[in-house]
Amino acid sequence: MADINEVKQPDLNSVQGDGVLPMKEESLLVQSLKEYFESKTAAIGLIILTVMVVVALLAPYISPQNPYDLMSIDIMDSKLEPGSKTMDESTTFLLGTDSQGRDMLSSIIYGLRISLGVGVLSTVIALIIGSIIGLWASFIGGRTDSFIMRVVDLQLSFPAILVALILLAVLGKGIDKIILSLVIVQWAYYARAIRSNVLVERRKEYVEAAKCLGLPQRRIMFGHVLPNCMPELIVISTVKVAGAIALEATLSFLGLGMPITEPSLGLLIANGFKYMQSGYYWISFYPGVALLILIVSINLVGDRLRDVLNPRLKK
Amino acid sequence: MLAFLIRRISQSAIVLLVMSMLVFVGVFYIGNPIDIMIAPDATPAEYARAVKELGLDKPMLTQYWIFLKDAVHGDLGNSFVYNEPALKLILQRMPATMELAVTAMLMAVFIGIPLGMLAGIKHDTMLGRSIMRFSILGFSLPTFWVGLMFIILFSVQLGWLPSGGRGTTVELLGVPVSFLTWDGIQHLILPAMNLALFKTSLAIRLSRAGVQENLQMDYVKFAKAKGLSNTRIIGLHVMKNIMIPVITVLGMEFGGLIAFAVVTETIFSWPGMGKLVIDSIGVLDRPVIVAYLLITVTMFIIINLLVDIIYSILDPRVRLGDHN
Repeated sequence: MADINEVKQPDLNSVQGDGVLPMKEESLLVQSLKEYFESKTAAIGLIILTVMVVVALLAPYISPQNPYDLMSIDIMDSKLEPGSKTMDESTTFLLGTDSQGRDMLSSIIYGLRISLGVGVLSTVIALIIGSIIGLWASFIGGRTDSFIMRVVDLQLSFPAILVALILLAVLGKGIDKIILSLVIVQWAYYARAIRSNVLVERRKEYVEAAKCLGLPQRRIMFGHVLPNCMPELIVISTVKVAGAIALEATLSFLGLGMPITEPSLGLLIANGFKYMQSGYYWISFYPGVALLILIVSINLVGDRLRDVLNPRLKK
Repeated sequence: MLAFLIRRISQSAIVLLVMSMLVFVGVFYIGNPIDIMIAPDATPAEYARAVKELGLDKPMLTQYWIFLKDAVHGDLGNSFVYNEPALKLILQRMPATMELAVTAMLMAVFIGIPLGMLAGIKHDTMLGRSIMRFSILGFSLPTFWVGLMFIILFSVQLGWLPSGGRGTTVELLGVPVSFLTWDGIQHLILPAMNLALFKTSLAIRLSRAGVQENLQMDYVKFAKAKGLSNTRIIGLHVMKNIMIPVITVLGMEFGGLIAFAVVTETIFSWPGMGKLVIDSIGVLDRPVIVAYLLITVTMFIIINLLVDIIYSILDPRVRLGDHN
């Protein structure tokens, strides 16, 4: 990792975040926000992402139909083109219907909810587990440390999709299993990232000071070093959420991820795939567009956050 | 060097053993393959016979031991579905996957590097920025979605290229290949483009960074002072200097192409080993799943080892062995 060699600049947040000067802290926040919105694409990305998250959270209230309530769907409405209406002209299917007569727009909204949920949850768990293991390893040092890091290196030398494939071939289908395998795929990255941060942090004066005060090592680790390592990792993890969502979609598309009862966007695309050749493109096209917008907007927001909040990149 | 090799190889052996255990035990627990293979109206006696024939009645540890003993002899078991050796099935499909992966790699090199260099030279222009946007898209779009779009656009809407299969193949050294027939090439284009997308983006980024770094260097200034034309400076001197790191990184990524071929092969019904394993997971064909995973992991271990060795030869500053 190049990070080890780089000289880390003092972290602005940690200097001003102790509550001594609340005014300055606020101005830093405002300053960062202003800087964030300087990029128009990033601003648009944030707006789109916010809308998508809100839509996903409110799915049962705003979607035109509950696509998994068998009472509300009619097989007569199957494979209707976008914009067509039901027989009695009561509802319009904006994005068409699938082979079961489900409204695609509603399916997408529910799928968005699952994709986003799985991606965020697995990234957060991986972040927590990875940083605890990485932090612990770097403080213990010695054989345990080099063993853990060897495992990390080994895992990172395999592409994520292969690791996930092995895990899912072993674990089988299910939402819990896909979250578990996404966590296993991702933890190693955070373990390594936090280790390189810790190696820099622990040489700083505040750690010396804490040691001189006679604080127990656990307290120095979790109370002092960890909070200083985390902000950077959290920012990186926003981009990683997009990766997790894409990986989950890929696995679900291959039929390895989500069960048919909980269709994420990837599974919706897979379901429509067999009808695509026959010209019913919308069944997998629109879920794909939703997935695409989701991933691109997360990437835009994540990249911008990293640029704005990372003092290392400041000129 | 020798000590390093011995240590690495023994480490790799341990990794493989652990992997085989993990995969075998894990795959042992998923579903019951008998339910899929045997007719639903089979009598209990037939059922019991099938279980016995496949050796599924033995305890798991015994099954693993038998598996391990056979594996050392190159026998990874017979496929439940095809009733042929799993290893043979996978080796049969490996050329198709390799053809796809190599074609994709060549595309990445021959499209990605020139585009990246162009973006590096003209980094402040519309063209340079468009190339970089393309590479960002290539990084963030899920491969399978792009594959679907290719099919919608080029096969369904425009009808230019076929959407699946390998097309007509001819034998080259006893191995069927697609790239020697026109039909085969047509079948190869879409999947290879799809698989190449990610690596092309990577090549663009690497070569752009390389060009920008190299253009600042003294040797470029010197060449300019000497009166060499820009084409010559870029095409010869800068090119030589950026090729080594770019090719090295791409070489390391070759394994990734084989792993990602699973996705591309499924979309384009390319009859390679990736499609085979996905189909096998669908029907719980355990021996094939186990064999695929072990073969792929072995390939990765070998690739990683080779890259480490080659790297140390190319760059003597890299010391093999313990970093600490």
